[in-house]
Amino acid sequence: MTHLLPRKEKPMADLSLTNVRKAFGAFTVLHGIDLKIEDGEFVVFVGPSGCGKSTLLRAIAGLEEISGGDICIGGQVVNHIAPAERQIAMVFQSYALYPHMDVYKNMAFGLKFAKIPKDEIDRRIRKAASILKLDAVLDRKPGALSGGQRQRVAIGRAIVRQPKVFLFDEPLSNLDAALRVNTRIEIAKLHRELGATMIYVTHDQVEAMTLADKIVVLNTGRIEQVGTPLDLYHAPANLFVAGFIGSPAMNLIEARVDTVGGGNLQLSAGEQKVTLPYSGPAVAAGAAVTIGIRPEHWIPGDGPSVKIEGTVDLVEHLGETSIVYLRLADGQMITVRYPGDIFCAAGDRFVAEAPVAAVHLFDDAGQAMLGRRSGPAYGILGQEFRAR
Amino acid sequence: MKRLAKTTALTLLKIIVVFYTIFPFYWAIVSSFKSGAALFSVNFFPAIDLTNYRDLLTNGNFLRNILNSAIVAVSVVTLSLIFAITSAYALGKMKFRGRGIVLAGILGASMFPQIVVLSGLFGTIRWLGLYNSLGSLVLSYMIFSLPFTVWVMTSFIRQIPAELEDAARMDGCSTWAMIWQIYFPLLAPALASTGLLAFIASWNEFLFALTFTLSDTVRTVPVGLALISGSSRFELPFGTIMAASVIVTVPLILLVLIFQRRIVSGLTAGAVK
Repeated sequence: MTHLLPRKEKPMADLSLTNVRKAFGAFTVLHGIDLKIEDGEFVVFVGPSGCGKSTLLRAIAGLEEISGGDICIGGQVVNHIAPAERQIAMVFQSYALYPHMDVYKNMAFGLKFAKIPKDEIDRRIRKAASILKLDAVLDRKPGALSGGQRQRVAIGRAIVRQPKVFLFDEPLSNLDAALRVNTRIEIAKLHRELGATMIYVTHDQVEAMTLADKIVVLNTGRIEQVGTPLDLYHAPANLFVAGFIGSPAMNLIEARVDTVGGGNLQLSAGEQKVTLPYSGPAVAAGAAVTIGIRPEHWIPGDGPSVKIEGTVDLVEHLGETSIVYLRLADGQMITVRYPGDIFCAAGDRFVAEAPVAAVHLFDDAGQAMLGRRSGPAYGILGQEFRAR
Repeated sequence: MKRLAKTTALTLLKIIVVFYTIFPFYWAIVSSFKSGAALFSVNFFPAIDLTNYRDLLTNGNFLRNILNSAIVAVSVVTLSLIFAITSAYALGKMKFRGRGIVLAGILGASMFPQIVVLSGLFGTIRWLGLYNSLGSLVLSYMIFSLPFTVWVMTSFIRQIPAELEDAARMDGCSTWAMIWQIYFPLLAPALASTGLLAFIASWNEFLFALTFTLSDTVRTVPVGLALISGSSRFELPFGTIMAASVIVTVPLILLVLIFQRRIVSGLTAGAVK
């Protein structure tokens, strides 16, 4: 194993995956993943459980043999290189600390196998311990540490190896909510300080949105979209990404194209008519489409807007926001998230209004038909929404 | 009132259980201090007379027998645990075709009564040239110690989370280093308890020891003890036999006391959340 270099001479740690496939018997988990990760980038793999994100991470780590394709780290194909020799380090969901070794030995274990001299090992561990505030617990066993400390030991064990790439497999899922926020911030800081390439797997989109330079959305073993957090939020490429990113999830309303022309699309969703400016590829009248509007975008702006009318099913008051669940005439449900308080009750008629600039549109194959959208500008609070 | 009756009944039950388990051993100790006709009188607190013990330790092959037993039992335990931990790793952590069949086979092998394999085993041992040697006992005892230790270790090793092995792989740990530096220390409590049971079984074994050894110097303690004879063929030296029983039982009690804490300690605490 090559020795890990000091920061200044840090080797290029870009990563490229070419048509990476993985099958367990007849069951294919990854269907040809193509992805480029730049040196120093923080990339988050996100997706529902079973989408293959953990398998992809384990394939990069070398813990899973891939069934096809190439994995390159720093320009070198590593398909058949042992995990320890790929110059990567991994932080596991369960931390996976060695319970019979104290914190110091836990961190030293891998370095010992890499035949790094004792004083160098000691220097690295002291340094990592001071970054992670573990100095006082170096002689403790994992059983005597708190959850947050165990998590930091797991990160420390990765840092001391001075890897080209850090891999995190849902590292925060075992922490309680408050600690999760703190640790998330610490990981972000660590990324800035080390400048290392990091790949992070999570199903929590808040972690994904806050940490990532680039998010990779995976679904059933395929990449749905790669982009910055705001790209995914404002320009989801397809229905899956639209529904996955954002909480509460984007409202998806089934509709049909009535007429096309004059730079406009006339749509009908049940009884309701919607007009959208449109300049994309040709659409036939009668085609099935899906209208997507985020719950927090149901706020009318100055420009043209889309109006949908329904009956209030339930109102939730969260203090900073109110969430209204609307039932449309044809039975479809819509969620409206309104800043501050809203005064309506179950059974009321309600007209939800969103600027056309915030409306997404997907064709019957689920692909986005409009370009980047933008949410409404706030500052129109206190308007009366209730239909008279 | 009802509660008092319940407590009384429970206490009574405890006394009965303790009496039932302790009394035979107590009676052996008491008898070991008596000799001759005194053995046949009921006396719960006789004077401590170590004549029987002195006779036992100065005459005959008794010490030699104890040493033989210790050699055999320690070898059986050591070999069983080495084989058990390596095969448990394979059976518990590696995926291969026929794993279930192998496990079932191991369990099946332990189901034969000793007497069934005795004659076949006798032939095998003669053929291997191990007859009348301690090696014959080590070999034959492993027939019953291995299935048990392998099964127990396999179930223990399965409980160790897979991520620990992944972490070790990322750290550059080879399979061999993994077994001895990760699994071995983690399995220590399980090793202590299974090792102890294997030790007790080997220490007490009689049938194979009687069959596969011939001369006094290679006999183990249970056989030696059974063959203790009195000064005439009409006397069965109960006192001496009881003294021998006490001496033979003491090492087992000591071992249990030493390993008790290891057996109960949960060493894996803190491995994963």
